[in-house]
Amino acid sequence: MRSQIEGSRAIAQTVARCRPQVVPAYPITPQTHIVEAVGAMVKSGELAPCVFITVESEFAAMSAALGASAGGARAYTATASQGLLYMTEALFNVAGLGLPVVMTVANRAIGAPINIWNDHSDSMSQRDCGWVQLYAEDNQAAVALHVVAFALAERLSLPVMVCVDGFVLTHAVEPIDVPEASVVDDFLPPFVPRQVLDPDEPVTIGAMVGPDAFTEVRVLAHRQLMQALETFTDLTAHYSELTGQHLEAVSSYRTEGTDTVLMTIGSITGTVRDLADELADTDPFGVVSLTMYRPFPAEDVRHALANAKHVIVIERAFAPGAGGVVSADVRTALAGNPIRISTVVAGLGGRAVTTAALRGVLADAAAGTLETFGFLDVKDDVMARELSEVRA
Amino acid sequence: MSVKFYQVGSRAVGNRLLDITERTEQSNPDRRNALNSGHRACQGCGEALAARYVLDTAVRATNGRLVTVNATGCLEVFSTPYPESSWQLPWLHSLFANAPAVASGVAAAFHAQGRDDIRVLAQGGDGGTVDIGFACLSGMFERNDDVLYVCYDNEAYMNTGVQRSGATPPAARTATTEAVGPSPGNPFGQGKDAPRIAMAHDIAYVATATIADLHDLEAKVTQAMSIRGARYLHVLVPCPLGWGSAPAQTVQLARLAQRSGLFPVYEATDGTVTSVLPIRGRVPVEEYLRPQKRYAHLFAGAGRPDIVARLQQIADRNVARYGLIEEASR
Repeated sequence: MRSQIEGSRAIAQTVARCRPQVVPAYPITPQTHIVEAVGAMVKSGELAPCVFITVESEFAAMSAALGASAGGARAYTATASQGLLYMTEALFNVAGLGLPVVMTVANRAIGAPINIWNDHSDSMSQRDCGWVQLYAEDNQAAVALHVVAFALAERLSLPVMVCVDGFVLTHAVEPIDVPEASVVDDFLPPFVPRQVLDPDEPVTIGAMVGPDAFTEVRVLAHRQLMQALETFTDLTAHYSELTGQHLEAVSSYRTEGTDTVLMTIGSITGTVRDLADELADTDPFGVVSLTMYRPFPAEDVRHALANAKHVIVIERAFAPGAGGVVSADVRTALAGNPIRISTVVAGLGGRAVTTAALRGVLADAAAGTLETFGFLDVKDDVMARELSEVRA
Repeated sequence: MSVKFYQVGSRAVGNRLLDITERTEQSNPDRRNALNSGHRACQGCGEALAARYVLDTAVRATNGRLVTVNATGCLEVFSTPYPESSWQLPWLHSLFANAPAVASGVAAAFHAQGRDDIRVLAQGGDGGTVDIGFACLSGMFERNDDVLYVCYDNEAYMNTGVQRSGATPPAARTATTEAVGPSPGNPFGQGKDAPRIAMAHDIAYVATATIADLHDLEAKVTQAMSIRGARYLHVLVPCPLGWGSAPAQTVQLARLAQRSGLFPVYEATDGTVTSVLPIRGRVPVEEYLRPQKRYAHLFAGAGRPDIVARLQQIADRNVARYGLIEEASR
C-alpha cells in the first residue's frame, strides 16, 4: 500500500515482511532509524520469533549475523560509514563462508575528517569483499531491492548489501509502496541453508585451507558471485510480475541517439534524469545507471553504452592516488571501444549535486574541455586559503 | 562394560578408585571423541588435552546437542587442515576476534528456530579471549547470551611463535618480551585477570581449572552446561613450545601452577567466589618456574632472586585473596 513514510521506516517494514530470524544491531547515523524500527517490531512481538541482539560494535553485529546464518537463521543487519569499515574483516569472512546475510548500508562518508553525510566512500571501499552490492536509486527501489536481496542471497548462498544513500533516501519522507506481506511471502520462500550447524549432521565450517586448494576455493567463490547477475534478472522479472515494479541491473534513459551519456549510481540518478528531460530538445544526453555494482554487469554496461561517444561517470566516491572507482570498471568493460570516458567525482560528504553544476559538466564536455578526472563544484577559494595556510 | 584406566601419578584420584558413574568421560567407550586423533597439535599440548575433556564432557552434559564456535588460534589450525577435520561435532570457525559474537548469533539462531535444546560452546586461546576478542566477550557476557565460553590459557600467542599476550605472566620470556635488559621478560604490573573481569559482569557462572585435575575440569563443564545464560571457564593449559618445557611435563606444570598459588582454581556464582580447589602440598614458585625455559633467565648464573620473590608475592596474594590453604593445613 502506498503511504507517506520515511525511507528508513519503509525499509524496516519491508525487512520485517521478509521475516528475519536474527537481527544484530548497532547504532550509527544515518542507518539507526532502520534498526530502531525493526527492534520495536521485535519487542512488540510482531516479528516473533525473531531475536534482536543489541551488540557492542558493528564487528560484533556482522559476526553475530554470521553465526546466526550458519545456525540456519535468516539474518539481517544495517550499518554505514565507519561501521561498515569496522565490519570489514567479518564481511570478507561471511562472503568466504558463503553465508546469505543481507545488510542495508545507509551510505555515508568516511573520516577523517569525520562527516555524517552521504557519499559512497563506505560501500565502495568494500567492493572486493565478495558481497553482492546493489544500489537504490530511490526509496521505491530500495524497498524492492531488499525483498530481492533476501531471495538472491539465499538462492546463491551469498551475502548481499543493499546500498541506500544516507539522509537523501533514509531520512526522506515520501510516498512509498511498501510491498504487501502476502506478496513478499509469495516471492520469498523460507530460508533453507546450504550448510548448517546441526548436531545430527555435524559439519566443520571454516577450516584452514593451504596453498593446495586455496586458489580453487577463491575461483569457485568468484564464479558463484558472477552468477548473481543472471539470478538477479530472474528474480526481478518475477518480482515485477507480482508487483508491477521493474528493476534492472543497468538502466538506460534517453540513450537512443545521444552521443553523450552520464553514468550514475544511487540517488543522483533522478536528478540527472530530470536534467536529461530538461535538455532533451536542446542538448540531449543519455543516462545509464547502475543498480548492481558487484558483480559488475560488464556485458550489460557494454550494451547500454554501445552507441555512446563520450561517457561521463558521475561518482560518489574516488580512489585517492588513483582516480575513479566505478569508472575503472567502466573502462575495463569498454576496453577496445573508441569511447571517451571521463570521471566526475561529485557530492562528497553530502555536498548537493545540483543540475546547475551538472550543466557545467555538460558544457565542458561539449567544448572538449572536460578533464579525464575531476571533482564537481570544488570551491577554489577554500582550497587557496588552506594551501596558503599550509605554506605559511 | 570395558573401562579405560589412566595413571595420573599424583594425589589426584584415578579412575580405578572411583565409582563407575564418577569416572571421567574419557573412560566411557561411547564418548563422542569430539576432537579426534590425527590432528597436528605439538607433543604434550595442554590445549588439545583440555579441549578433548571439555568438549566430550559438554557433549555428554547436553545429550549430544552441542555446537562449537572456535576462535582462530592453535586449536583451530591444528584441528582443521583442509580437507581433514578432527571435529566430531558441529564446528564453526570465523575469525580471531569474534568467537563470542558468532556464538551469540548461533545461539540466537537456534532460539529463533525453537531449538533451544541445542547448546553453544565457544572456545579460544588467551590471545583470542583476553586481548583481541575481549570486546565481543564482554558484550556476550553483559547480554547474558546462552553461551559457555572456554578460554584455553597458555599465557602467550603460541600459534604465531610465542609473543606476549595480556595473559602472559610477569617475567616470562616471549618473543616480544625477551629475557634481556635490567627487567627481563614480561613487565610486572601488566596483564589482565579475565576470570575476575568475567565475574564483574555478574554472570551466573565463572570457573577456572587446569589440566592437572581433569575431574575438576569435567565437573565444572558439567556444572556450566546445567545453567542457561553467559558462562565463562578459564583453563590453564601449559604449552611445551612457548614455555620451554618437556612434553611429558605438561600436566605436572599445570599442577605446580596451582600448587604454587600462581594459578588459583575456583568457581564463582553470580559474581561471588563460591568454592576453591585448596592447595594440597604447597610449593614455592621456584619449583614451578625452574623447569620452564621461559623463566631460565631467573636462574642463570647468580639468578634473579629479587624477581622470583616478586612472583612469590603474587602467589601469596592469590592464596590470601581466594583462601587457597585450608585452615587445618595452615
